[in-house]
Amino acid sequence: MSTVKLTVNGKAVAVDVEDRTLLVHLLRDHLNLTGTHVGCDTSQCGACVVHVDGKAVKSCTMLAGEAAGTSVTTIEGIAKGDELHPMQAAFRDNHGLQCGYCTPGMIMSAIDIVHRYGGQLDEPTVRQELEGNICRCTGYHNIVKAVLDAAGRMKVSQAAE
Amino acid sequence: MGVEGIGARVVRKEDKRFITGKGRYVDDIKLQGMTHAHFIRSPHAHAKVKGIDSSAALKMPGVVAVLTGQEIVNDKVGNLICGWAITSKDGSPMKMGAWPAMAPETVRFVGQAVAVVIADSKNLARDAAEAVVVDYEELPAVADVHAAIKAGAPQLHPEAPGNQVYDWVLGDEAAVDAAFAKAANVVKLDVTNNRLAPNAMEPRAAIADYDAAEEHFTLYTTSQNPHVARLVLSAFYNIAPEHKLRVIAPDVGGGFGSKIFIYPEEMVALWASKKVGRPVKWTGDRTEAFLTDAHGRDHVTHAEMAFDASNKITGFKVKTYANFGAYMSLFSSSVPTYLYATLLSGQYNIPAIHAEVIGVYTNTTPVDAYRGAGRPEASYLVERLMETAARQLKVDPAALRRANFITQFPHQTPVIMAYDTGDFNASLDAAMKAIDYAGFPARKAQAKSQGKLRGIGVSCYIEACGIAPSKAVGSLGAGVGLWESAEVRVNPVGTIEILTGSHSHGQGHETTFCQLVADRLGVPISQVSIVHGDTDKVQFGMGTYGSRSAAVGLTAILKAMEKMESKAKKIAAHALEASEADIVIENGEFKVTGTDKAIALPMVALAAYTAHNLPDGMEPGLKESAFYDPSNFTFPAGAYICELEVDAGTGKTTFVNFVAADDFGRLINPMIVEGQVHGGLAQGIGQALLEHAIYDANGQPVTASFMDYAMPRAEDLPSFNLSHTTTLCPGNPLGIKGCGEAGAIGASAAVINAITDAIGKNNLEMPATPDRVWRTIHAA
Repeated sequence: MSTVKLTVNGKAVAVDVEDRTLLVHLLRDHLNLTGTHVGCDTSQCGACVVHVDGKAVKSCTMLAGEAAGTSVTTIEGIAKGDELHPMQAAFRDNHGLQCGYCTPGMIMSAIDIVHRYGGQLDEPTVRQELEGNICRCTGYHNIVKAVLDAAGRMKVSQAAE
Repeated sequence: MGVEGIGARVVRKEDKRFITGKGRYVDDIKLQGMTHAHFIRSPHAHAKVKGIDSSAALKMPGVVAVLTGQEIVNDKVGNLICGWAITSKDGSPMKMGAWPAMAPETVRFVGQAVAVVIADSKNLARDAAEAVVVDYEELPAVADVHAAIKAGAPQLHPEAPGNQVYDWVLGDEAAVDAAFAKAANVVKLDVTNNRLAPNAMEPRAAIADYDAAEEHFTLYTTSQNPHVARLVLSAFYNIAPEHKLRVIAPDVGGGFGSKIFIYPEEMVALWASKKVGRPVKWTGDRTEAFLTDAHGRDHVTHAEMAFDASNKITGFKVKTYANFGAYMSLFSSSVPTYLYATLLSGQYNIPAIHAEVIGVYTNTTPVDAYRGAGRPEASYLVERLMETAARQLKVDPAALRRANFITQFPHQTPVIMAYDTGDFNASLDAAMKAIDYAGFPARKAQAKSQGKLRGIGVSCYIEACGIAPSKAVGSLGAGVGLWESAEVRVNPVGTIEILTGSHSHGQGHETTFCQLVADRLGVPISQVSIVHGDTDKVQFGMGTYGSRSAAVGLTAILKAMEKMESKAKKIAAHALEASEADIVIENGEFKVTGTDKAIALPMVALAAYTAHNLPDGMEPGLKESAFYDPSNFTFPAGAYICELEVDAGTGKTTFVNFVAADDFGRLINPMIVEGQVHGGLAQGIGQALLEHAIYDANGQPVTASFMDYAMPRAEDLPSFNLSHTTTLCPGNPLGIKGCGEAGAIGASAAVINAITDAIGKNNLEMPATPDRVWRTIHAA
């Protein structure tokens, strides 16, 4: 057992976990942040993507101990109160989700994609960059639309800040 | 239609919880004192279980129990059932091999559970499972249907000699033989419909909680039909009588058919919860999903079609071997029979059809309904055959289809189905226009000049949905009726709750079902809530599959709404001192037509519950329910055309355009309908290009993770070009046909027809991987 200290969604936490605990299980089982999902066990599906120090990471591929001292953001931590993150709003407005299971990971990956490309995205780039996230419901059509839409919205909201 | 009524593109009410991480799936739920189950599964495709030594495991930390197959049999938990009886052509019933929830003596597929460890945490259960020693005696195994029916093949079940489940026939063989005897041309095709793993993104999970004082069970489970689960667990598996068993299916992360069935893991969790006196949770991992979720498809078919001299189809004969895996799953028997052979007429006027289907046991994961269930196999066969015929007869594939389209409705096919309505020319016209079919030869020539092989492929599908008229399916062997129920509760303050037996696991019922209420009453959808997925809240229901929730489930809501409105109008008329016949409902008010007299819905509701001034003899309250049993199947149909390029050097396929023109009857929410089509197309294209659940000759699964099984990813798919043509379904008052499976039914043939057009060779099996396409191009 070890005590892992990290920041999750802006709040400092200290969690006692078995050394073999993965970050995703620290979040889900110890902090009850169940928005981050497990879909595959082999780092393929991306349902578990969170941000570690601002970068998209598959939380099933990182030991909780490795996250010590980092700042982790999960799907629960991206809205500002009642105001949705532009990516969340774009997924809703473009019907970019159906069963909702892959959605948190998709949204966290998509935010990272927009950041990395400075908002300069086109459809082929979005499709290529989403290779680490699997959705079985949407055929990706509306997810791609949502990410492109959000890229525009995030530029606008950044400019406003 | 109003901004939130029928036909409006209303953004989904359920989305907020999913996009903020507040969805509540089974694995998100924790109960006080909960234990965790880990199953010990056979690594062999076929073996005798000689012994299980759990002594070391029982001494490990946190271990509560190790329970075995023999114990579940001793406790008289029932064997798994198949709920649709099929009769062979010789009159004998289908041959069912016994399927206990955990195997006491013999395992018949890799992944079949023999024991379960119950421990304080998931990790401790997993650790202890490593210490359980199972002594297996390996037996010869068989995975392929043709190998399984050969003399001397390993035998799976003593009940099924020759590994044959049934040999079933449909249609008039003599009429077909006569048609072939007179045929001007005969077109033949051998087709394999590849086995698929459904892979809903949420793995299956269950939490069972036994209350010893009340002798009552609660089961949280990933189900598309919690009431059916309760019925089967209660009536056949001896878990508990229905009033002592509550089944809750909360947010469910996709189903695609795989979550219709009641699986061994739920049965074991319930049984184990009583045994250990604590709640038991099981959450499958992805490899367990590959090994134990019912697979889809897996047909091997030889078909022949007879044409007269004017290229009209005169006869069609089909012989299909269907691989059922090691056991008969809940609705498996119906999939390659009544959900398959009944659609072999496609969109065409075919006077005589005969189909023979041989169901076969193999040492593989059981096979059952997966998105489309039998209808994709039928549509793929018919549409590959039409394309093959066009090539052999040297006519345009679209023109050959048109020449044979059914144009008069209703149309009785020779294989049971009576198509009620449709306009197949309209959907083909729409698709051809959308893709500029006429301009294709020029585009092909242009591509050729750049060294690319360009192809175009048409697929005109039809399916039977709105499953189903209870009397009809009962006469065909179904063990259940397939109606739906609904209840409308108007609360005293005028808000509305709709209770439905349908279950949403991505389909958006919390929005579309509210749209019907908004449409009828003129209230905002924010004042309406949908209650589903809990057997303690909703009395009964048959659940969601077979594109039935709108055509059947929503119609049940409509019937209950009509009853409620009738009573509310009486109350309004009484309050307004008007005649009931003069009351109309607009914008949330009951108005006396032609006057300015009106009473708002909340006041009507309040009057119903205060009961101070109701019409003489009227019961208080405003709550009505209805059961709706459809009078016929519905028949969604459409035309899909795919244009693509193949790189002759690598065999890689690249989409140029994919157009879909569907006729779903009335659309409640076009945005949601389009989403359903996108997802279905992705699964159909996935089958055509990528997906294949593969076993080696000894029954070892080769594709049991996302590292090995190619799931469609964003880059593998194009954006889709969708349109709709409309003929309203006459079978239900809303005119709805259903949209959930169309994409998966129609897409595969369009893709393979396009690739074979591009490469100029007709024989190509799915999935058309670059390797397979390259070999086909370069084959001698």
